[in-house]
Amino acid sequence: MTGLFKRAHGGGAQLTLDPVEASILRSLMVQMLELIGPGPGEDAPEDPLAALFAEGPTKPPADPALARLFPDAYGEGPEAAEHSSEFRRYTENDLRARKRDDAFAVVRAIDAAEEDRKGRPVVRLDAEGCRRALGALNDLRLTLGTRLDVSEDDDSLYALPDEDPRKPMVMAYLWLGGLQESLLETMV
Amino acid sequence: MSVAPVEIERTESESAPFQVPDPDVPWVTIVHNDPVNLMSYVVYVFQTYFGYPKEKARQLMLDVHHKGRATVSSGTREEMERDVQAMHGFGLWATLQHDK
Repeated sequence: MTGLFKRAHGGGAQLTLDPVEASILRSLMVQMLELIGPGPGEDAPEDPLAALFAEGPTKPPADPALARLFPDAYGEGPEAAEHSSEFRRYTENDLRARKRDDAFAVVRAIDAAEEDRKGRPVVRLDAEGCRRALGALNDLRLTLGTRLDVSEDDDSLYALPDEDPRKPMVMAYLWLGGLQESLLETMV
Repeated sequence: MSVAPVEIERTESESAPFQVPDPDVPWVTIVHNDPVNLMSYVVYVFQTYFGYPKEKARQLMLDVHHKGRATVSSGTREEMERDVQAMHGFGLWATLQHDK
């Protein structure tokens, strides 16, 4: 079966996909990058000092998937909302940059994949690439899971009729879970 | 695993001198259950970030799963902010609060 990570000779992991799978994975990562938004340099001031002191947002993102990727930090307590807002101002930009870098690393690994004898792309990751891909796959699953409103008490999503418009996203969500699990197994 | 399973004693020494002293009430980092994160991934995060032994990491993951939440670390507010930021980096749903 294609589509699962294996330990690579000499460290790291590798994943043999068929070209359609590679294209789906790449396109999902790019969509997540678009959701997370552009990084500094694309819409921020040129001055690196200004970028260093640029403050992040103080409110949770309106999009539910982004709100899941960038949740409030303070749960309970008298000033939880104020503290969450302050924390977000100083941390959310860094967090967005990290998630963006992780997803970019996967896109680059797919683009750099060489084909095996059957013409299937073989995605290779070193140890750092494995950690980034593990995070990016998790972020992607969180994004799709929020869109699909995945819940532990209701598994009706996994028995949708073929004509249900959510079906392709559910298939992708389950496939990404298998990918993430297999990648993790190569790392422990 | 790359990190030795050591739990570091947290101290209050970083507190600013003019803050109201409250050494008996530490801050805690809480990880909340969510239906997406894989159990194996949550164990991996607890092992790699906190350096917890596998059994402890697994027990914490099960607490999160069955009880809806678990306290995964405690210390100063600054330390817990670091831990929460790291958990968000891994995609876990975490918050900090004053322990009760």
